[in-house]
Order: sequence, then C-alpha cells, then structure tokens
Amino acid sequence: MLTVVDYGVGNLFSLRSSLVSLGVDAVVTGDKTEIEKADRIILPGVGAFEDAANKLREIGLDEVITDRAKAGTPLMGICLGMQMLFDKSYEYGEHNGLGLIKGKVVPMQGVIPSELKVPHIGWNALHFTSKKSEIFKYISENDCVYFVHSYFADECDDSVIATAEYGKELTAAVQNENVFGCQFHPEKSGEVGLKILKAFCEV
Amino acid sequence: MITKRIIPCLDVKDGRVVKGVNFLSLADVSSPVKLAKYYSDNGADELVFYDITASAEGRKLFTDILVEVASTIFIPLTVGGGINTVEDFDRVLKCGADKVSVNSGAIRNPDLIKQAAMKYGDQCVVISADVKRVDGVFHVFAKGGREDTKMEAVEWIRRCVNNGAGEVVLNSIDTDGVKNGFDLEMLERVCDAVNVPVIASGGAGCIEDFVTLFKTLPKVDAGLAASIFHFGEVEIRDLKKTLKENAINVR
Repeated sequence: MLTVVDYGVGNLFSLRSSLVSLGVDAVVTGDKTEIEKADRIILPGVGAFEDAANKLREIGLDEVITDRAKAGTPLMGICLGMQMLFDKSYEYGEHNGLGLIKGKVVPMQGVIPSELKVPHIGWNALHFTSKKSEIFKYISENDCVYFVHSYFADECDDSVIATAEYGKELTAAVQNENVFGCQFHPEKSGEVGLKILKAFCEV
Repeated sequence: MITKRIIPCLDVKDGRVVKGVNFLSLADVSSPVKLAKYYSDNGADELVFYDITASAEGRKLFTDILVEVASTIFIPLTVGGGINTVEDFDRVLKCGADKVSVNSGAIRNPDLIKQAAMKYGDQCVVISADVKRVDGVFHVFAKGGREDTKMEAVEWIRRCVNNGAGEVVLNSIDTDGVKNGFDLEMLERVCDAVNVPVIASGGAGCIEDFVTLFKTLPKVDAGLAASIFHFGEVEIRDLKKTLKENAINVR
C-alpha cells in the first residue's frame, strides 16, 4: 500500500486523484501505524518550512518516516515535502529537516538575477544529470513540469538527478538510494507528472 | 527556461459552459469536464473556471464539476467568480482548485487578499482586475465590468500584490471582445509595477496576437482567452507551434 502522509499541510486532492487515475492503491493518512506498514511513502507539502516541520514533529511522524526510509521503503517528497528531506532550511531562520539527503534549502532571492520573478511559477523543462534515476524511465530530457516555489535545494550535488534553468540551474529532483524528491508538482504536471508517479510506484 | 503559458478560460453557469462553444469534435460542447479534458489533451498549460452562477444550487453544481475536473485533469486549475470570503477560498480549494482568483470580493473587502494569502500562501491568490480607460486614466471596474470604482488600476494592483496576491490577471475591458490584439500599453504599465506573474487577458483574435504579446512584452507570463479557443478559431497546438517558430519558449 502506498501511503500519502497527511499532516494538515496543503491540498492533497490532486495527488490522491492522480494516484487513483494510475490505478494505485493509495491511502492518505496521518496515522503512525498506517505509515509504518506502508510499502511506499509520499511526503507532500505546501506552505512554510518551519510550520510544516513542526506539524510533522508534533504528531511524531518525522521519526516514523526517517525510520522507514532508512529501512529501505521508497519515499518521495514533493515540493515542500522534498525540501524537508534535507539537513537544513534557511526559510525565515534556520530549521532542521529530516536529514535524509545532504544539502540545504535556501532562498532564490538574491541568487537568481533580480529581473526574474519569485516565486518560480510555471512549466519548466527538466534537464537530467549524469546520475540516472528510475523515476524518469518513462519521460525524456526537456519534458516540462509545473513548479511553484521560492526556495531551492543547494549543496546537494551528489543527489541531484534533474535541474531546471531559472537564472541558474535549480535543483529540480534528487535521489539518495530509495529516497526521492521532486521540487515540482508531478500531480500538476499532466502526462509527464503521471509518468513520474507511475515510475515511483514501480521502484 | 520557464515557458509562456496559454490558458483557456471557461465561464460556467449552472454547471454548463456558456459563451457559445463551437467544437465540431466534441459531442457535448457545454460540458465543462469534456471541454477541460479537450484543452488539457491539446496543450493548455492551465485552466481558469469562472463561476457566473447566482444561485446556491448553481454553486453546488459548480463545485461538483470542479471535483470531477480536478479528478481527471492534472494541470493547474484556477477558480474565480463569487469569491468573497476566506470560506469561499476553502470551498473551492477543497474541490481541487490550485489557485483562487478574486475580483469584486477584493474590492469590497480589501483585507480578503491578505487573509487568504496568510492562510493558503501567496501562490494561491490571484488578483483578477477588469480595467478600462476613463479620461485617459486606468480605472478598476467591479461587478463584471459594470461598475466604475474610480480607483486607479496600477496602484490598486500594486496594493493587491503587496497584500499577498501571487499572480495578476489583467483583463482590459477596452480590448475585450474586439479581437484586435491584447492591450499592450496597459499590460506594460502593470508589468513595470509588480514583480509577480502577469497574465494577459482581453483582445486575442488570432495566433499573431499572442506572438506580438510575448515579443513586445517579454515580462508577460501567460495569455488567457476564451471565445477564440471555444470557437476553434485558434487551436492551442497550432498556437504553440507558431510561438515556437518565433523563438518563444512554450511547453
């Protein structure tokens, strides 16, 4: 059973629907024991890092997710859920992430040219790195996916599997063994996004 | 590189798409779900749904349809029409909308944008402004373009963005329905005033109008239109092909 972690952050309607359309047996829950039993976990998230990380800790889900990931259960973080996989975030202060992937989350402002708008909103092309990932087995270089974010993951070179050009090469997706992260929203990226979710369900 | 977005807009009343739809390839042209699927399959980057229903029954039908669209189409969906309170945001977001567009509701209650942005984030709040020249000054109009608020439009939009609107849909009443091109002068003024995505609306009559829009104003992020897509005068596939040939980056 694939489990989508529900910790009261963001809108899970589309993610749930896209999994249903793929015929995936998915449950959306914030229940620890359900997540412990999951054979695949998706960690979604929209909003502010600190608030989301606190919510995850309050219900004790941070430990469960980290334990499962370390035990080899495939885990995918989406958008803010991806950012939480890293060591630290510098969104309004300094906050600890789950530490499953080496790197830090930093603001785009001041790093990308000032004429570019923040947040980075819209469809942008994926560029694969030399590190091949099985979640991209059904899609091609330059396929577009939908982004909405103001912070990005930096200093995570070893784990980067795709980038997107927005004034600089922004981290678009990462992988550390069984732990995956997408800065973009596969559940809002049309056919391409569905193919990424499908591939994750086959990992 | 980020791509320019092409966005069809569907006006929905009592659960049906209105404003004369003329698709030979679709059996039921007034079904919002079928039309949305058609657009999504043919390259639309995003869809906007305006609820122009006045009754409670109509509103219920609208949210039912939204659920159906959001369950089958996986591109961003923006919903507008009848958004007056944070509860209205909540209602459509729960049905699968990704962004909510406010117009008259923000004019009546200037705090609405701030409240919604605090709760759902800036990326969720779109200010949709109907703007018309009055004695050479850009004025914001309310109630579907029927009422002059006498507010200067660029300043009003800037204020909405400062309050947390993450995107602007600028609909020029002067060019709307004329099909002679977007209102480049008005768009330029707004693009210079804000640093969030600006979506051009009103005036598109042919493919060339989109080329001119993105060539003249590279700061514009997206082009929105209704009837030219609904009547099949412009196919999004053809539009995107021409944009690509003109070195404009599209999906």
